[in-house]
Amino acid sequence: MAQEEAELRGNVHIQAVHLRLGLLSGVVKDALRSSYEMACETTVLEGSRLIIEEIPVEIYCANCRTQRPVHSIQYFCCAECGTPSTEVVRGKELEVFALEIRE
Amino acid sequence: MSPEPRMVEVRKNVLKQNDVTARALREHFRAKGILAVSLVSSPGSGKTTFLEKTLTLLRPQYRVAALVGDLATENDAQRLARSGAPVKQITTGTLCHLEANMIQKALDGWNVDKLDFLFVENVGNLVCPSSYDLGEDLRLVLLSVTEGEDKPLKYPTIFNTADVAVITKMDLAAAVDFNEHALDQNIEAVRPRMRILKLSAKTGEGMHEFLDCLQKLQRSRPQAASAV
Repeated sequence: MAQEEAELRGNVHIQAVHLRLGLLSGVVKDALRSSYEMACETTVLEGSRLIIEEIPVEIYCANCRTQRPVHSIQYFCCAECGTPSTEVVRGKELEVFALEIRE
Repeated sequence: MSPEPRMVEVRKNVLKQNDVTARALREHFRAKGILAVSLVSSPGSGKTTFLEKTLTLLRPQYRVAALVGDLATENDAQRLARSGAPVKQITTGTLCHLEANMIQKALDGWNVDKLDFLFVENVGNLVCPSSYDLGEDLRLVLLSVTEGEDKPLKYPTIFNTADVAVITKMDLAAAVDFNEHALDQNIEAVRPRMRILKLSAKTGEGMHEFLDCLQKLQRSRPQAASAV
């Protein structure tokens, strides 16, 4: 995907890929890091850095009537008031957010 | 080359292609009145036995078919075919989960439009399948009584993406000192208000409650998943 973006922009050099990774995405940061390096070998991304921003899980709390962090992913309730909720607002992301390029 | 690097915003979902394919599948299933049900669990928790029983019990009344994913062998497809329902094996090679395009490919040239139910048995794995939408309307996560009551706490993400928890091998509950209350609490903690069904495909205990639930969903299509 990042490679396509580089080509779209006239074969610029990508120095870093910024990725947003939700804690509920099902993807493990360390595993992603090691596979990233392997996947980049012999491509335009070789030598680029992968910068991962971890996104915490947030739910909509019906009691607080607003978006709140979840107590933990083992205990799916509002961190403020303890009301259980299944409405996930944030935390499922697996998204290439930005690229650092040199033209 | 300019010396200063520059940031460009991209904002692209890595699994976008899978999500696009899954959405197309879901729309197709809904348009044809098919209830697509997927099954996820660890290896050995009884997906195939449970599905074989389900297909056998539904078949006299409904048009059913199944897709089954495995790394290798066609053993599961052969077992499921004993039910008399059409079954197709998806062999993933080294891949530990199914993806939406594999479902699409498996359905290619297979006329499923007249079906009432399409079942998709995922590869035995509680990690990676949670990231891939398969276009199903109902996702069942299976857990056998021999696996330990704390499994939902160890794999919260898969429970979070599933609609119903099916506890299998209830006929072995006493032998393994299965703590029903502890499991219920753990499921409630990772996914509040999740529906839990306890059954044994071997003895048939609890199977009718499950079939009732499926039939209700089938009738109330297309708002299937939300009706659980």
